[in-house]
Amino acid sequence: MISYLIKRILWMIPMMIGISLISFFIMHLAPGDVTSSESSFNPRASEESRQKLRELYNLDKPVVIQYGLWLKRIVKLDFGNSFASHQKPVLWEQKDKSGNVTKGLIQESLPITLMINLIGIFIIFSISIVLGTISAVRQNTWVDRSITLFVFIGFAIPGFWLALLLMYWTGVSNQWLPISGLHSPGFQNLSSFGQFIDLLKHLVLPVSISSLSGLAGISLYVRNGMLDILHQDFITTARSKGLKEKKVVFIHALKNAILPLITIIGLSIPGLIGGSVIAESIFAIPGMGKLFYDSVLMRDFPVIMGILTIGSVLTLIGNLLADIGYAWADPRVRKGLVK
Amino acid sequence: MKKKSILFNFITLYISLILLTSCSKESFEVIDYNKKFTNSFGGTLVNAMAGEPSNLIAMVAGDSASSAIAGNIFNSLIKYDENLNYAPDLAESWKISNNQKTITFTLKKNLKWSDGLPLTSEDVLFTWKLITNPTTRTPYGSDYQLVKEASAPDALTFKITYASSYAPALDTWTALHILPKHILKDEDINKTFFSRKPTGSSYYKLDEWISGQQVVLKASNNSTSGPPSIEKLISRIIPDTSSQFLELTADNIDLMNINPIQYQRVFPARKDLQQKIALYKELGNGYTYLGFNLKKAPFNDIRVRQALNFAIDKDEVIKGVLLGLGESISSPYKPGTRWNNPNLSPYPYKPKKALELLSEAGFIKNKDGLLVKNGKPLKFEIITNQNKQREMTAVLIQRRLQEIGVEVSIRVIEWASFVNRFIKTGDFDVVVLGWGLSLDPDQFNIWHSSQQGPGQFNFLGYENKKVDKLLELGRKELNPQKREKIYHQFSKYLLEDSPIVYLYAGYGLSAVHKRVKGIKKPAPPAGIYHNNYNWFIPKPLRRNEILER
Repeated sequence: MISYLIKRILWMIPMMIGISLISFFIMHLAPGDVTSSESSFNPRASEESRQKLRELYNLDKPVVIQYGLWLKRIVKLDFGNSFASHQKPVLWEQKDKSGNVTKGLIQESLPITLMINLIGIFIIFSISIVLGTISAVRQNTWVDRSITLFVFIGFAIPGFWLALLLMYWTGVSNQWLPISGLHSPGFQNLSSFGQFIDLLKHLVLPVSISSLSGLAGISLYVRNGMLDILHQDFITTARSKGLKEKKVVFIHALKNAILPLITIIGLSIPGLIGGSVIAESIFAIPGMGKLFYDSVLMRDFPVIMGILTIGSVLTLIGNLLADIGYAWADPRVRKGLVK
Repeated sequence: MKKKSILFNFITLYISLILLTSCSKESFEVIDYNKKFTNSFGGTLVNAMAGEPSNLIAMVAGDSASSAIAGNIFNSLIKYDENLNYAPDLAESWKISNNQKTITFTLKKNLKWSDGLPLTSEDVLFTWKLITNPTTRTPYGSDYQLVKEASAPDALTFKITYASSYAPALDTWTALHILPKHILKDEDINKTFFSRKPTGSSYYKLDEWISGQQVVLKASNNSTSGPPSIEKLISRIIPDTSSQFLELTADNIDLMNINPIQYQRVFPARKDLQQKIALYKELGNGYTYLGFNLKKAPFNDIRVRQALNFAIDKDEVIKGVLLGLGESISSPYKPGTRWNNPNLSPYPYKPKKALELLSEAGFIKNKDGLLVKNGKPLKFEIITNQNKQREMTAVLIQRRLQEIGVEVSIRVIEWASFVNRFIKTGDFDVVVLGWGLSLDPDQFNIWHSSQQGPGQFNFLGYENKKVDKLLELGRKELNPQKREKIYHQFSKYLLEDSPIVYLYAGYGLSAVHKRVKGIKKPAPPAGIYHNNYNWFIPKPLRRNEILER
């Protein structure tokens, strides 16, 4: 088992180099660099100053050399600074000589996105398991059909449209919830409990919208898994033993049916750090989606590479965790690994 | 029995909800915003901005969000007043020498930074050295590098000498924010904490900046221009304009820029919004044009360019794209300002005249109704960047040109690719783009024939010896009357040559909550924001600020 783990972890290194190489070259295939932003298209800004900037950021060198320079920094875990005029560090905060701290871009955005996505995933999975189980137990009844209809409507409805409608209903005509942002003005003067409630209120809409579209996939997955299990011999055995139907469904069947969900949870780990550009723009949430989108438009290469690198590390770790989780939960897989 | 009780509960709940909402509504609608109110210091103005400022040192930043915030924190030596004339800011007066090469600024007395330390001509000299320093990452250094010699003979005097007289000089000094030497002298300007924690001299100082969410400014006690009326300015960062609009209608923000549809369609239909929100329009700072690649046939033929100009209905474009909220122009200057030549008028919409000119140029209609010369149809592609207004403009032009037998296709491209793949390489036929209506009339970088290198701004390839000469003259002439003549002549040549079709200058539209008083209507030439330090929010109208106390 341990030698298997070590092998898997060692394999990640060439994988990472491959991923970063491909991302780096694809990124450079798009025409333009940081000096060609719309605001620098200004007769007052001279071409010489743009050329100076290009030299400063090594953008005038061949792509291979630029990649080498990037790799040299990244092995020391130095993600560099953004090309934008704020020059913020990409990953983590930096201190200058007089003690002023500049926070990293990912450091600022990641906790927000992570929080929203974790709550979202928790809600998606708990609701989906309930809906999927009910659908399976009541297969082909009106309950099953209306649940399926509901989750598909949730999947198909354009998120931004529903978001605006809900914002209008809960924020403008009724003033129950804040419309956008993460904090109310004057947030810092509230007690910490007040701050928590304030944050929660701001999260209701974004989390609901982002969860709604995820329900369809997972709940159908649970439903089908459940149906498979319910038709298996050991369930018939359990029933014939005279166990109560509740016990059969919730103890014997459900436990086995949600086993494959471990893989899905593992695979959704990299998705945790990716935010939705549209949702973040509408709700004015400074998350990872907007950060990545803006960096791509700006051709802010260090930030793009920083996010991609962290994303791919998390993908690889997520895969590994899914496999380990599977082995832990399923004795058959565990045996296969040891052999 | 059970069913009945549930129904009953619902009914009571419903009735109480109705009562509740109607009560709260009534207490809101009591306020009459049109009453006379007196000014008193205090209150908070909340506005929405689409992008987060990047860096509050304007010379390094370059984005509009940064300069909007920095403009409330820093002063320049001089500024434009509401009629767009030069006015004192930090400098009380300025004198131009007889040979037009030396400008001497005299600073106001007892100027202070917001931290209480004195602001002197040393700070001005320091700022000039910063922006001309080759290691400073500023795109705007070239204007200031023309200064051959700068000195601060005493604490109140700042003197600069240009190698040769430079007419846009004063304009460049309205744009340069003066920075404090005592804080920045040992800092690397490109990478300093100061960009997020500035110390300025103007009405406001930075109170708090929550990344990605909001920037809060607070009135400064040491303001060089006296105290403002509104105590706090909060700029909330809301990227989506529909969300901004919802926040405005819910009373959570006081101010936002709106689009023509909101101005012409939404507001007139909503009485409830008209009661509490006032709309303002002012001529914006830019114009949109259709530009020809003059290096390519058939656009190197003046008759073709003029014909296409006659074939485009500008009024229709203004009505269709801006819902009428714009003006057609005939020179690159704001209508109503001295640089705009009042004797010029846009090419009228005359498709017949267009066809005549095109047949002179050799284009004859074939049996399919298409214009053809030597077997080749008149056919080109309009490119533009992802900008809804420009896309719609291109579509309207496409239809009008199709009517006279010109085949037009449209391509919309993401900005960075647009500039690097098409503009820089000169690989395009026709563009729809915009330029600023600059306050100084100098247009050297856009129209002089020497400015055609890759990355320079005469990318259309315009060359006219007479225009070159006028642009060179206009840069040297500091006498406004003589300058006016030069640029009126320049505008006339430019209109005749028709390297671009002036399409429209759109209005800037703002919606402001009526609790904000002191805004000039109609907007003066400098726009409604020029006196935002005089705006006030009367005490009875201030937002319930329980959260802030």
